Amino acid sequence: MLGRILTVAALELRIGMRNRWIVLATFILAGFSLALALLGSAPAGPLGIDRMTVTVASLASLSVYLVPLIALLLAFDAVAGEIDRGTLLLLLSSPLSRAEFLLGKCVGHFCVLSLSLGIGYGLTAALLWSSGEGEMAGLLDFARLIGTSTLLGLAFLAIGYVLSASVRQASTAAALAIVAWLALVVLYDLALLGLLVSGAVDSLSPSVFPVALLLNPADAFRLFNLAALGASDLVGGMAGVADSLPFAPELALASILSVAAATLCLAVLMVRRIVP
Amino acid sequence: MTPALCVAGVDRSFDRRAIIRDVSFALQPGERVALLGHNGAGKTTLFKMILGFLDPDCGEIAVLGHRPGSRAARCATAFLPEAVAFQKNLTGAEVIRFYARLKGEAPRKALSLLDRVGLAEAADRRLGTYSKGMRQRLGLAQALIGRPGLVLLDEPTSGLDPISRQDFYALVEEVAAEGATVLLSSHALTEVEARTDRILILSAGQMVADDTLANLRRAAGLPIRLKVRAGEETVTEVASRLGGERVNGRSVELLCTPAEKIGRLAQIAALGDLVQDLDVHDPSLDDVYRHFSRIATTDTGRAASQHKGA
Ligand SMILES: Nc1ncnc2c1ncn2[C@@H]1O[C@H](COP(=O)(O)OP(=O)(O)OP(=O)(O)O)[C@@H](O)[C@H]1O
Ligand SMILES: [Mg+2]
Repeated sequence: MLGRILTVAALELRIGMRNRWIVLATFILAGFSLALALLGSAPAGPLGIDRMTVTVASLASLSVYLVPLIALLLAFDAVAGEIDRGTLLLLLSSPLSRAEFLLGKCVGHFCVLSLSLGIGYGLTAALLWSSGEGEMAGLLDFARLIGTSTLLGLAFLAIGYVLSASVRQASTAAALAIVAWLALVVLYDLALLGLLVSGAVDSLSPSVFPVALLLNPADAFRLFNLAALGASDLVGGMAGVADSLPFAPELALASILSVAAATLCLAVLMVRRIVP
Repeated sequence: MTPALCVAGVDRSFDRRAIIRDVSFALQPGERVALLGHNGAGKTTLFKMILGFLDPDCGEIAVLGHRPGSRAARCATAFLPEAVAFQKNLTGAEVIRFYARLKGEAPRKALSLLDRVGLAEAADRRLGTYSKGMRQRLGLAQALIGRPGLVLLDEPTSGLDPISRQDFYALVEEVAAEGATVLLSSHALTEVEARTDRILILSAGQMVADDTLANLRRAAGLPIRLKVRAGEETVTEVASRLGGERVNGRSVELLCTPAEKIGRLAQIAALGDLVQDLDVHDPSLDDVYRHFSRIATTDTGRAASQHKGA
């Protein structure tokens, strides 16, 4: 069983590394983080904050947009694309089980994502470190950013699989993925912000707002990273919320993980019912 | 001996449209069987039921004694879908190694299959650069990995040139000689002639024929056509003496059964100089195929049961 999962994962890793979009996204990650690190040095001095930490704070905001995009880009094709190409018939008529199929894809895509983040962000970390700009704490910040970004990616991989398993055409799945990205990464925050500003949130139960933030992996990711950096005054935006949260930031991390796990289970259930 | 595949009284409908109607047949180990049928006859649907992807509305299917789709059945079957397109940015060798690992076979050994389908030279090229026939042959190589007991091939020769086609059937023969049962679908009877042991004809979801080609020919009882060419002046006389039908001014066409054939030929020979030439047309395979295909649409149940069971 493990052998077959790893076989599928290894193939996905190979395909992912040859995917132009993924390569492009890695370049963007690397480009942005390098640019932030090299150009954005001005505010570091007077505030007395480690330059690496500043860079990480900015990169966390970048991750919220880019990581879900990369994950959805990897995941949307997983089921619908295989149906489209007729290869799902082939795969599922081999000894591979449906759960093994999806888990294998997930492991493979997770590796691609980790690799992409490791290269994209790791390069900057290494550069700052070697130029003597960083301290140990800054390096840890970078590691945390990469770690939580992969977790965020996992949640969006799972979301991508659910979308991919709900349609039969790769093109439809791609459209759904774009809608999901817009809705969860952009519109969700806007809607919450709108509620907050309009004061409608007061009329809701006060616990609804934090729960709403926790349920969306993108927001949970932002909360955790900003809280962990202690940089709320530095970055602004949603960061103000982080201080007044009625729960430990680690809960945000746990929330991403549980959303990812639950969504992945849903995707496996959906794949079980597919007629290839 | 358990049959390699046993399909008994299977029905299947989509949106209340009956697609497969009371189909029954059994394949013995080592048999090569062709499943023929027009577009939309239900060949692919039948394959999907044998693989366990679709459940029959009623009836039973057993793959080497196992339930379709069960792990035991999947481990013993190999399949080539009708339209399969592997990831374009993989190489042929990568695809074969991948499927070999999934099937628990040694990847290195499986790579020799690329040789057998004539892809050795292209093994390390990306599939995006493959021609249609090359992709099809890669699919075949994939289906022959390991030692499957039952090989299901949905239109395996579509897109292959005549030489590749011959190579393909030679490969099928080798596989069957090793004990595998091969069920392959096709559109043309001419193609599977002499390369398969038995022929199943599916028409509008019904199994209208299940027999060897020779028996099918006999059962169809199609007439032999004799075309006698005479001169412009003699054609009337020839027509009146042979009792055939005049065509295009100087020929006479006669129909006869195989039993009458020799007698008819003797009659024609006796005409001597009146006859210039003679063509004998045995019914073509396409004629035989059309004959059986038509049964389902004209006379449903009776014909279907008549030609069942060789
Ligand atoms: N999922 C489905 N939903 C509705 N109708 C279907 C479905 N699958 C197949 N059909 C119908 O079943 C019939 C048989 O289809 P099938 O694909 O089995 O034909 P086929 O014999 O393989 O044809 P071809 O030679 O063109 O490949 C067709 O009329 C098709 O429209
Ligand atoms: Mg078909």
